[in-house]
This record gives sequence, structure tokens and C-alpha cells, in this order.
Amino acid sequence: MEKSMRGNAHKYGKNVDTDVIIPGKYCNIIDQAELGKHALEGLDPEYTTKMRPGDIIVADTNFGCGSSREVAPIAIKGSGTSAVIAKSFARIFYRNSLNIGLPIFESPEAVDGIEDGDEIEVEPASGVIRNITKGRDYQAAAFPPFMQSLIEAGGLQPYVEKRLAEMKAPA
Amino acid sequence: MGMTLTEKILARHAGLSSVEPGQIINAKVDLVLANELSAAVAIGVMRGIKGADRVFDNEKIALVEDHFVPAKDAQSAKVAKLMKDFAKEQNIKHFFDVGRGGIEHVVLPEEGLVAPGELIVGGDSHTCTYGAFGAFGTGMGSTDIAAAFVLGEVWLKVPHTIKIIYNGTLGEMVVAKDVMLKTVSTLGIDGATYRAIEYHGTTVDNLSITGRITMANMAIEAGAKNGIFHADAKTIAYVKERTDREFIVDKADADARYERVVEIDVDALEPQVACPHTPDNVHPISEVTNEIIPVDQVFIGSCTNGYIEDLRIVAKILEGKRISPTLRVIVNPGSQKVWMQAASEGILTTLAAAGCAVNTPGCGACFGGHMGTLGDGERCISTTNRNYVGRMGSPKAEVFLASPATCAASALTGRITDPREMSPVALSS
Repeated sequence: MEKSMRGNAHKYGKNVDTDVIIPGKYCNIIDQAELGKHALEGLDPEYTTKMRPGDIIVADTNFGCGSSREVAPIAIKGSGTSAVIAKSFARIFYRNSLNIGLPIFESPEAVDGIEDGDEIEVEPASGVIRNITKGRDYQAAAFPPFMQSLIEAGGLQPYVEKRLAEMKAPA
Repeated sequence: MGMTLTEKILARHAGLSSVEPGQIINAKVDLVLANELSAAVAIGVMRGIKGADRVFDNEKIALVEDHFVPAKDAQSAKVAKLMKDFAKEQNIKHFFDVGRGGIEHVVLPEEGLVAPGELIVGGDSHTCTYGAFGAFGTGMGSTDIAAAFVLGEVWLKVPHTIKIIYNGTLGEMVVAKDVMLKTVSTLGIDGATYRAIEYHGTTVDNLSITGRITMANMAIEAGAKNGIFHADAKTIAYVKERTDREFIVDKADADARYERVVEIDVDALEPQVACPHTPDNVHPISEVTNEIIPVDQVFIGSCTNGYIEDLRIVAKILEGKRISPTLRVIVNPGSQKVWMQAASEGILTTLAAAGCAVNTPGCGACFGGHMGTLGDGERCISTTNRNYVGRMGSPKAEVFLASPATCAASALTGRITDPREMSPVALSS
């Protein structure tokens, strides 16, 4: 996995849904950078102007609920946001984020211990979330073993290539 | 140890004699679905997969143009064309263009592409709709859909199952939508995350196929992976009319393990309304109508309530009347077949004569795409499934979710209205 991420926290509430992450009207856009210009537009229209590359979204429970639109995590990634830390994630968003390479971390304690604007560092390999401003460390929940093996293999694409080769190989 | 309905379907598709919650499986898929938005991204991903020149089976993929069609603008036309070109290149059998399909989840069952016991994944969160037929349907993002296009299998974590038992008889003007809104509020919008919902009880046994579609469709509004009914004689008759394909009717074991059991009694259930801005912010109509809530738009349609049975209810309430001059009513029959059936029954004329705009089938208005987008400060009561901030357009608009009956009653008065206040209308279904 990538090296550590560092940036300021932008804190939001619970049930941040995919309609506010990337409103439906932008869902015909494919380009990541273009999508990134509209990240979180329905929730915080100022987000893309006030955030700096590397900044981290911190949110309460059920982040990414609603539609299966993969452009939701793609838009967040395209905005330059380095990671999302939440108390919990909606199922499809969680899977999509790992598939497209948006680092996400689950830690209720970290979310409670981070205030808007705090400087945060995350070590993806260990799952350690460091609140530099407040001098406190938190441990994100480990990824389930199968997800961890997908991440270590480099994502879904290499996994599919391997499966495909197995299927094509003569029995 | 016994298995739930979902576990049985997953076990068979994984080639296993049994599975248990939490287990990771590789499951064969019977059908992979995408619309032009999810397909556009999935096709790009597939192009990047080494060795993936062809889809696994050109007869087991359904591609439906439904979100931004007829094309809203050049960019929408581009993604629609991207999917159409892919369908041609891969010789996809089940490709539905504008005028020959409609909303994906309305079209697939109509075309006999969904049968009990099958496993369907789709690049749309409302793929859970197919649970209405005793199938396992779940929504996924485009990368997973690309993998399914190529492999014909997906990895899945077997979900725990929540059993919901519905008892009682629905009152006049109380329909499946009201039962499901009540269910979503009972569970909460993340109450079923990572879970399967299994619907039981005499109330749902008595529901029509359309009613079950409405309920399975909104399982995702509680965060569920899938929502499923047992197939019965009604299901089998519906499916056999549309396909000769063999299928297996599964049944949950008597000793199946459920994570929890929830009972919902519907005898005293009123029409329900989900108020802004979450689908679980549900209140009985008597509470909502305590204050006068004027609306600017009424929307009838979507994969939740765009079926002929829904349009019949609306037409019965609006027949011979005019909608309130203070609002507009937009009706989207869910598919070309629904549109044609409504035309042949005179429903489209009834609705148009009442002052409704009848659109071509599609998803546009429901997700704030086009053909019914809300402006700042506007309020809509809608038969759709989501009312998040900005869902139907402006983030400064409000969306209330309700049944076709409640929406039709509100269309007449110009404010959110209890359909039971309307002159006695015998609902045939």
C-alpha cells in the first residue's frame, strides 16, 4: 500500500450519501479530475476550494450510503483528498473505494477525537491514525483478510487477471 | 445447520453444499446488468484487464440505456453511445436502447431475464429489486461489474439475514410502498448494512408481484445487500409467462439461522411519508398532514413505483378531475411495455386530461438527472426511493417519498394529502 498520508481534517456528520458526494447530474462524467471538481458539492459546495491536496475527510457513521455509483469515490480521489476516515462505511461504497484505490479507514475513536481542521497523518500499512494537532494516536480497524489479500495483490484488476488465466488454462 | 434463502442461493452458485455468514465465496452469476453510466466506467476498466477481450457470455449480460436518455446533452449521448458500441462489439444479446426498454429493473423481469434462485449483479444499487422473484440481486460498482463481465463470477461475503415477518391486512389506500417505508424507518438507513432481508408473513404472501418489487427495491434504503421473498405460485406464473428457462425454487430451512427477527403489524398502518432528507425519516400521513405542506411537483415513476399497477391507482384517483393549478405532475411509466399497456387501457389519456405531463420511460427525474429536476426552494412528493439532499436536483429542494395513492391525492389538492380523504375509490389490487 501507499506511503503515509498527511493533511488537514474536514469533518462531516453521519449518512454522507453518494448523492451529496457527487450529485446525479455529474454522473455522466468519466474523467477523474473533472469529477474531482465537484466532490462533496451537495454537502459542502466550498469543499474543493478550501481543501488542499492530501487533506482528509472525517465523517460519522454510514459514509457513502445510497447509490452504487463508483464515481463517488473516484470524485473524492480526483479532488486530491488522500483518505476518508469514518465510524463506518456503506457496503457498496466500501468495496468501490478499495477497488479504485481510495484509502478508507474505520475508527470511531479517531472520528470522535478529531476536530475540523486538525492535522492528521495516516499510515496505511499499520492503520495508525495520528492526530498531530492533539498529539493522539488511534488504530483503524484492520481490513477483513480477503480484502487485505486483494489490497496486497494490487487491487481487483490483478486478481481478475489471475482468475482469468486460471480459467483459460487447460484443466 | 439450516440455511436462509439467501444462503441457499449463494451456496449453489459457489458450488458448495452449505455456506455461513461471513464466509467469502466465489459465486457464478446468471446475469450481469449495467446501465450507460455504470457501463461507461466498467468498459474502461475492462479494457485495462490483460487478456479480457471478450465478455464471459454474451447472453448473460443486460445493458440498458436508462439514466440520461433520451440523451440530455452531448456528454450523455457520448456515454450512451459508448455502451451501445460495446454491446455491438461484444454481440450482447440483451441490449435495450431508448424506445425498446425503459428502466433497467422494470425491463429485466418483464423480459424474463429474472427467475427464482438466480444470482444477478448489477451496476446499480437497486439491483436488489430481483429479490421480489426469489432471486439474489445485489448492486455493485463498475470495477466489480467489469470483473463480472469478464469472469462470470463475483466474490461475495455471505451476509447475515434479518427475517421480517409482516402480519395483518392492509387498509384502504395503504399499499406495499407504505409497508416498505415503515420497514426502512424501523431498521434505519444503516440498519441492514451488510445484511440480507428476508420478507415473510401473510401480508406479503397476499401482495402482488408489483408490491413485492416495491419492497425488494427499497432494501438498499436500509443499507441491505439484498432483500428477498420466497417465490410462490404468483411468482412462478409471472416468470413462466416470460421465459422457458429452467429455474430452481429455493426455500429457507426451518432451522435457518437469522441474525434477528423483526415483526411488523400492518393492521393499523396508515399511509407513510418519508420526509426530507433521508428515506428513514418516515412519519404516518396523519402526522405529516398536521401542517399544510404545499408541493410544487408530484412525480410518479421509477424502479420503485413505475409499474402498470401503480399507474392504475393514480389514474383511478385522477380520473375525471384536474390536478391543482399550483403544481405540475410528471409521470414516467417504467418501461416501454408499461407505457404501451397504460396507453391501451386509456390511462395515459386520463392522466394527460387531468393535466399530467407523461414522459418517456427512464430514471432521469429520480436521481436529479433531467426531465423533472427541482429548483431552489421547490418541494416534490414522489413515488421514488431516495430523498437525500440534492437527490432530485437543487440541494435547496425538498423531496417527500410516498405511495402512488398519496402522490395522486396530493396532486389534486396541491399539498401533501391523505389518500383516504379522497372519495372512496376501490383499489382493484
